[in-house]
Amino acid sequence: MLGKTAGGLYWMFRSLERAGNTARLIEAGFRIALTRSTDPESEWKSIIVTSAAQAAFEAKYNVYDSTNVTDFLLRDPDNPNSVLSVIKVARDNARLVRTALTTEVWSSVNETWMLFNHILKEPVPETDLPEVLAAIRQQASLVRGAHNGTMLRNDIYDFCQLGTFIERMDSTSRIIDVKYHALLPAASFVGSRMDNVQWEMILRSVSAHAAFRWAVDGDYNAPNIANFLILDPRLPRSLAYCTSQLVSNLEYLAQDYGEPSKSLELAQDLHARLKNHDIGSIFDEGLHEFLTRFISDTSALGFQVEQDYRFNA
Amino acid sequence: MKLSVRHTTEYAYAEPVDFALQKVRLRPQDSPLQTVREWDISIDGGRIEADYRDHYANLVDLVSAERGAQKLTITASGTVETRDTAGVLGKVYGRAPLWHFQQSSPLTQPGESTQAFVDVIRAADDTLTGLHDLSAEVLKKVPYAVGHTQSDTTAEEAVQIGKGVCQDHANIFVTAARAAGMPARYVSGYLMMNDRVDQDASHAWAEVHLDDLGWVSFDVSNGVCPDDRYIRIAIGRDAHDAAPMQGLRGGAGDESLIVSLQVQQ
Amino acid sequence: MKKEDKHFSEMMRPDGVRDPYQNYDAWFSKQDINRLSKKAQEAEAFFRRTGITFNVYGQADAEERLIPFDLVPRILSNTEWSKLSRGIEQRVRAINAFLHDIYNRQEILRAGVVPVDLIANNEAFLPQMMDFTPAGGVYTHIVGTDIVRTGEDEFYVLEDNARTPSGVSYMLENRETMLQMFPELFSKIRVQRVSDYPKNLRRSLEASAPPGVQGRPCVVVLTPGIHNSAYYEHSFLADQMGVELVEGHDLRVVDGNIAMRTTRGYKVIDVIYRRVDDEFLDPLTFNPQSMLGVPGIMDVYRAGNITITNAPGTGVADDKAIYSYVPEIVEFYTGEKAILKNVQTHRCSQPDTLKFVLENLKDLVVKEVHGSGGYGMLVGPAASKKEIADFAEKLKAKPANYIAQPTLSLSTVPILTDAGLAPRHVDLRPFALVSPNAIDIVPGGLTRVALTEGSLVVNSSQGGGTKDTWVLEG
Repeated sequence: MLGKTAGGLYWMFRSLERAGNTARLIEAGFRIALTRSTDPESEWKSIIVTSAAQAAFEAKYNVYDSTNVTDFLLRDPDNPNSVLSVIKVARDNARLVRTALTTEVWSSVNETWMLFNHILKEPVPETDLPEVLAAIRQQASLVRGAHNGTMLRNDIYDFCQLGTFIERMDSTSRIIDVKYHALLPAASFVGSRMDNVQWEMILRSVSAHAAFRWAVDGDYNAPNIANFLILDPRLPRSLAYCTSQLVSNLEYLAQDYGEPSKSLELAQDLHARLKNHDIGSIFDEGLHEFLTRFISDTSALGFQVEQDYRFNA
Repeated sequence: MKLSVRHTTEYAYAEPVDFALQKVRLRPQDSPLQTVREWDISIDGGRIEADYRDHYANLVDLVSAERGAQKLTITASGTVETRDTAGVLGKVYGRAPLWHFQQSSPLTQPGESTQAFVDVIRAADDTLTGLHDLSAEVLKKVPYAVGHTQSDTTAEEAVQIGKGVCQDHANIFVTAARAAGMPARYVSGYLMMNDRVDQDASHAWAEVHLDDLGWVSFDVSNGVCPDDRYIRIAIGRDAHDAAPMQGLRGGAGDESLIVSLQVQQ
Repeated sequence: MKKEDKHFSEMMRPDGVRDPYQNYDAWFSKQDINRLSKKAQEAEAFFRRTGITFNVYGQADAEERLIPFDLVPRILSNTEWSKLSRGIEQRVRAINAFLHDIYNRQEILRAGVVPVDLIANNEAFLPQMMDFTPAGGVYTHIVGTDIVRTGEDEFYVLEDNARTPSGVSYMLENRETMLQMFPELFSKIRVQRVSDYPKNLRRSLEASAPPGVQGRPCVVVLTPGIHNSAYYEHSFLADQMGVELVEGHDLRVVDGNIAMRTTRGYKVIDVIYRRVDDEFLDPLTFNPQSMLGVPGIMDVYRAGNITITNAPGTGVADDKAIYSYVPEIVEFYTGEKAILKNVQTHRCSQPDTLKFVLENLKDLVVKEVHGSGGYGMLVGPAASKKEIADFAEKLKAKPANYIAQPTLSLSTVPILTDAGLAPRHVDLRPFALVSPNAIDIVPGGLTRVALTEGSLVVNSSQGGGTKDTWVLEG
């Protein structure tokens, strides 16, 4: 396979994952700002911070409100991470690697792009927002379904998976990091309305609101939530789940190509870091410090994958 | 005359190169003017990727720099037996037709300034005299001086600048000869200056095709027809076609060049 | 109705339906027009979803457009096709011989059959190809010959596309779409298959690999990238052939070969089916600004370590001024009379011809010698007085830049409109594959149709559409 193709697959799936993650963030923000928050502006701001777009947003807007933030995150062409921008990137990459995709995967991405070009042509009124956000999640599922159902389990598949999980790992760590103060055991006292709102926001951002109740047989409190998001291998957006997927996909690649890679070592490292910790020791180390290191190591891993598999000349 | 040559070109890159190629035209060939006794091109910091005969029958080597290299050295050396034929190569033809050498090229587009030389050729009683007069006139209008023109200066520009080196002289000469309707071409090679072993640089001159004599050479810069002090290497429609080296490099950082050339008996 | 009468209709004779269309007509007469219209809409949705689009330069809001597809097939009998394909084969053979000659001994110029000026002043003549013979002596591995019809037995070649003819993906997709929409039609009517084209293309390209390649030659398709107007076709062909689709920056010179950067290091390639123009192919040899090409590929090519298809410099044979000499070219190299006729062509470079052309602009079609895609041409009968006057000025300024041809009465084939069938003008682009051992012509080709009533311009960039083309089994 061409290095460029591997890169195209990787970025296509990173972009698709990013589109879904951004939609999820908006959804969580929207819901909380509407129903629970006493300070919606700071909720909206935290969403922009999570998507690492504070400078770009503030260059354009003075106020963090639902209209500005949703428009910026959904359809602003000046925001390279807006849903519309990343769907275009995903589709451009899909065209680039068209020969490596099944017709089902290609058509689903192309359709997604056509659909959102249409839906996001004009600003989305608040009344339509839930529907649009649902459509984004639905299209993302459609592509994922086509991918899981029709693609050969070979190196092509592995590069798609790497893109998905590196992006997801980055996203989840950022979501936790922006709200890490709400998860610190010291600062939390059970039953506080403020913390409850924050926790709900975090869980909703990773579609784990219901899952937490199903999966965790413990109290609705900070350590349990942090443990769930970081260390629980059952949650498909937890850091532990992402690292285990990355390790296994990199192992497949190493096996397939008959040589171990530096990226596999880095991924194994990250995985081991989670496996050998319980949530208490992470708090002891410092949650923020832990996450900062995790985010930077995720980015180093992404860079190493690009190197190892020659994405660029 | 038996001439020995050692020609070293050294590229130094400020940053390690990812990728650099040189199209190298540094292999002389046998002709009525010369017989190559031995010749070799050696590369340090790179390798010869491909060698072939180009559309003017020049021998070309495609040289690449090693990945990560900061220096690429190309050395051409050998011995050539030369003959003095009073500048006449004669009726020696390759596949490129004569009409091709009547056509202009990017560096030899005729303009007002080059066109003016045509009258010099026409004023003479016979063509050969006219060409000698042209040679003298070009040198008069564009005296030899280093540093005023570059490798991509056109013939027309060089006349306007009013100073130039052998490359400019040859470009102007072929432009004017073509404007007068004659097939003409650019030649690159070496010249042994009698008073020294270390020569400044490669040399360039021109060839014009005459119906009776075939190809005849003119060295404008020195005001003579090339003799047995000259080694003929490559031809083309202009300096670009016959350039000894032509490169392309990927990546940032400066590049510097050191050339050393020794030609001796 | 009177107006259409003067054009040859491929489906209808005054007294009934022409033979090749009999069975189709019988089927069609039983169809419900509304159902067909719905099918047509489905086909369009399918094309959009699968991204069978082309990019239009300079139109940001309509960046990717569909080429409209009409579901009434264009049908040729086996007899009609046999003559056409023999004519194309002869022409393609002659064009290859011409290219080899022009870049080597130039016998045809020495013989005075083609004027030297036509080559010497031809921008598509590449000096860098002189004194070189590509592997197997093949220059144009893929040729698209544009053919028009004016009567029962009147076929004319309009243009020989010897550089990088496009459109074959539409031929294949159109057939695929028809098979999906109307499977019953194909069980009733025996139509020659086109689906082997990708396999044959790959085989033909492999057969043109440099001598001495060990094992199966590695073929790739080189595209300028996803923003190129024909990108869909590039990826389609790579996909169908099962080869890599590469861009210039995926390739570099490695160990004397051209190699592509894969996830496991560089891999040598043997044959490059390039859809990048000559000028951009190699910044070391041609345009130094080019980002689309591969530095050093021309050197590796001349050293005999890669095959470039089509060879650089083939454009010298499909120039519209050379076109007028193709019958002589065919005779010169094959010793036979040309089977396919040329359209009478006036070379405006000659003063008395220019005078004639200027006086008759309202009846002529005038084209730029180096133009393509239907741009920069004047269709006299369809032009306004002002357009004709403006064009006359352009013509006078640069006569050698133009040729003129009589306005041909192009044949019509019906298209489906809301009001039922309606005749529209068509042309045909069959595709020939040339390898050292064989010339292979896919039965049919791409039929382009002018969708506007009365229009003679079939180019997709100018609002033309396409049809499936059937060659009936003999």
